[in-house]
Amino acid sequence: MSERTAGWVLKGTALAATLGCVLSIRSAASFPTQANPKEELLRVSGDIGRPGGRIVIALRSEPKTLNPLIAADGTSREVISTMQADLVHINRATQLTEPALAKSWKVSADGLQYTLTLRQGLKFSDGQPVDVEDVLFTFRVYLDEAVHATQRDLLIVGGKPIEVRKVNAQTVALTLAKPYGVGERLFDGLAILPRHLLETAYKEGKLAQVGGLGTPASQWAGLGAFRLKEYVAGQRLVLERNPYYWKTDVQGNRLPYLDEIVFLFVPSADAQVLRFQSGETDIISRLGAENFSVLSRQSRDYGVADAGPGLEYNFLFFNLNELGEKAPAEMARKQNWFHSEKFRQAVSLAIDREAIVRLVYQGRGVPLWGPVTPGNPRWADAGLAHPARSLDKARQLLADAGFRLPNSENGESPLVDRDGKPIEFSIITSASNVDRAKMAALIQDDLKRLGMRVQVVPLELHSLIDRIMQTQEYDACVLGIASFDADPNSDLNVWLSSGGMHVWHPSQKHPATDWEAEIDLLMEQQLTATNGAQRKRLYDRVQEILAERQPMIFLASPDVLVGAKTGIGNFHPAVLEPYVLWNVEQLYQRNGAENARQ
Amino acid sequence: MSAPSRLLVCIAVLGALHLGVACAGFFAPYDPAAQDRARPYAPPMRPHFVDAQGGFHLLPFFYAQELRAGSFDQYEENRVRAIPVRFFVTGASYHVLGVLPLRMHLFGGGDAPLYLLGSDGYGRDLLSRILVGGQVSLLAGLIGAGLTLSIGLCIGTVAGFLGGWKDEVLMRIAELFLALPWIYLLFAMRAFLPLTVPPLKAFLLVVMVIAAVGWARPARMVRAIVLSARERDFVRAARGFGASDGYLLRRHILPETASVVLTQAAILVPQFVLAEMTLSFLGLGVPEPVPSWGNMLASLQHYNVLVSYWWMYLPAVAMVPFFLGYLVLASLLQGGYGTSKMDEALGEI
Repeated sequence: MSERTAGWVLKGTALAATLGCVLSIRSAASFPTQANPKEELLRVSGDIGRPGGRIVIALRSEPKTLNPLIAADGTSREVISTMQADLVHINRATQLTEPALAKSWKVSADGLQYTLTLRQGLKFSDGQPVDVEDVLFTFRVYLDEAVHATQRDLLIVGGKPIEVRKVNAQTVALTLAKPYGVGERLFDGLAILPRHLLETAYKEGKLAQVGGLGTPASQWAGLGAFRLKEYVAGQRLVLERNPYYWKTDVQGNRLPYLDEIVFLFVPSADAQVLRFQSGETDIISRLGAENFSVLSRQSRDYGVADAGPGLEYNFLFFNLNELGEKAPAEMARKQNWFHSEKFRQAVSLAIDREAIVRLVYQGRGVPLWGPVTPGNPRWADAGLAHPARSLDKARQLLADAGFRLPNSENGESPLVDRDGKPIEFSIITSASNVDRAKMAALIQDDLKRLGMRVQVVPLELHSLIDRIMQTQEYDACVLGIASFDADPNSDLNVWLSSGGMHVWHPSQKHPATDWEAEIDLLMEQQLTATNGAQRKRLYDRVQEILAERQPMIFLASPDVLVGAKTGIGNFHPAVLEPYVLWNVEQLYQRNGAENARQ
Repeated sequence: MSAPSRLLVCIAVLGALHLGVACAGFFAPYDPAAQDRARPYAPPMRPHFVDAQGGFHLLPFFYAQELRAGSFDQYEENRVRAIPVRFFVTGASYHVLGVLPLRMHLFGGGDAPLYLLGSDGYGRDLLSRILVGGQVSLLAGLIGAGLTLSIGLCIGTVAGFLGGWKDEVLMRIAELFLALPWIYLLFAMRAFLPLTVPPLKAFLLVVMVIAAVGWARPARMVRAIVLSARERDFVRAARGFGASDGYLLRRHILPETASVVLTQAAILVPQFVLAEMTLSFLGLGVPEPVPSWGNMLASLQHYNVLVSYWWMYLPAVAMVPFFLGYLVLASLLQGGYGTSKMDEALGEI
């Protein structure tokens, strides 16, 4: 879910005691700024920056944890992405994989075996060297069911966990039970963990409790560009430069450039805008279109940028759950309408997507007819139909499906079903998301023209999720999902009928319809297909089935809108999360003269 | 001006304001829920009498607003064509006082939209919404005050007249209600209501809820007057002549409370309007797209609306003459009836 308020994460508590045996060995000697010849550092292209300085960024909520194993909420993941590193990384700008901690990798011809070679001379942010044992340990804890790692499911291929084996001091081999379509993308976001800090806690079964925000800086380390410095509850989290980071710029200067990142906790979007406007924060991401236009109107020492459509797709869906006997008669009657494909197609045809883009996103977005946004050109089905809005066609479909149309078209007399009952239902939305509430209000007015009486009910996010996933007491809902990766597998649990995010009918034991069974099959085929073109064909077919059956009526996708002070160099927002901090190691503060040239 | 004539003027002004809102459908040029999706946040349009060429028009005219190319909310007047404001035009249907269906509107712009007070984020005419929203808010205030006063009058009279333990119990309950943090009570009540409440029902619920929690103060005032009136000589005399309780209440005691009840009414109506606005502002009152002053002001919770579109504050301006009118009425009523002494004696009850 694209909202950042998700809170189903264990509360992190400071557990210094469980880590008692470990003491930090942070040397007081000067840190190397130039590469040591024994180290195999990664050179990254980009402007040569100026070392020093800091940037301040506001977060919508406090991160729940710094522990990458259990981080489930957006803010925690955003912070962790600056503190941890993975073996192979997806470049957020190119959306392609590139070497990270592993300097190279080989895939066997059958696609079952991956051999990864680590860089020489890697060190954790506390100065401890990294070796293959850390990698083995990382996979062991990620795969351990008792740890409940959020990414565990991704490491189960063909029903079996990935097997990891040490080849030599620099090399590991991973064996998959089945070929895996995503390939090395699998390793993105899988933080290599410091065994020397975590092994004791792991053996005691307390791994889920470490990495709370109160953890002393000396007892937490990672391979990311920054390391923990200070946490003040309710106010800020300060990270400092990791002097052992493994990337350099093209001149060989060790990254990151910045000395510090400060995350402030600012709960409301409007308050974030005010802080940014007043210069208290340097970068703002996830801007709403309305605040974006406020900022662009009054722009002074900052600039705002529209990075184009992101991966968030917003949609309307109906309650298609099998409610069985317990459902009230009224709900059963409503579900009769919702189960009618023509009804759903008619609703889709009646919705004015252009108006949604214009009025909700002030034109900074795109209308959608499928889940893959134009921000993800590699996977979008170019052949997907984009039927224009047509109330006449919608009425025709409703008449074909046995609904009786109202006499007048001004929306005063209702559309009725076969039994003469008026079509009335409610759409729930999250009260905290203004955009979706607005979409629902526009849909309400669109459907009124078909004679449908729709009510919009804003709900608190948790009770909304509860209604969709647990109690299933709702008629229809407007929701949005932001894929974390451009690859179709990132939304596997949305499309599989057994998936927990299969919103219109989650966690099915057997697919309820033929087309859901077909989607299941296609998704599984693309999962193991290693040929990119073949995967594309399979996923195109999934998009076509979704467009035809309309279990989700896709509405629109907002552009990724960000802002930054003009003094920040190498600022290149991407459409993948984290939108602005993906190249945090390269960000730098220009000095006055450089600023003047800009 | 003498006090009675001032009272008359005040009542006339308030009456005219209420009549305007009661006939909102006629004065409003558009359906308050109709969306003009091509014109979100259109600024208020000025009626002109003198055109760009300097020619004078007897009847007002206006220039159509056109969206500046590539912008979302920047408009410019198209000065080429002067569009006359038309009067007594046929438009969206509405019901006068909720019963009589009509399509006649006082004025309109013909084929070009005329938004005298601008439009909101969905391109809905703000003037129409303020007028129709006023119906909702004022009706909530009037019904709420009426209900609350009836309850307060009954309970206050019973407590004051009967006295003894019944008085004690009723007054302790009243204190309980006075001590309740009513806004949280409303939140709690709203949470127990079903998910979807149709607008009319939601409106009635809001009114009932605000009336149900407000009766304690008028009840205590009425009780105090009844208590003192009961012991007055003429009441004792009437009782001595064998008057029944009912007769005493009707003939001698309740008329004594009239000034307090009327003054309270004039004070309570704006209070209840404000309560409805608070609830709708917080999203607990009348649901969209039905307008009320409260839910119209709710859009001001967003920073961009706050700094970009000044006309979205207008619903707050609209309530000012109503509130002033009621408060002037309250003070006139209090002075006019010559009961200020009694009120002083009653002090802070």
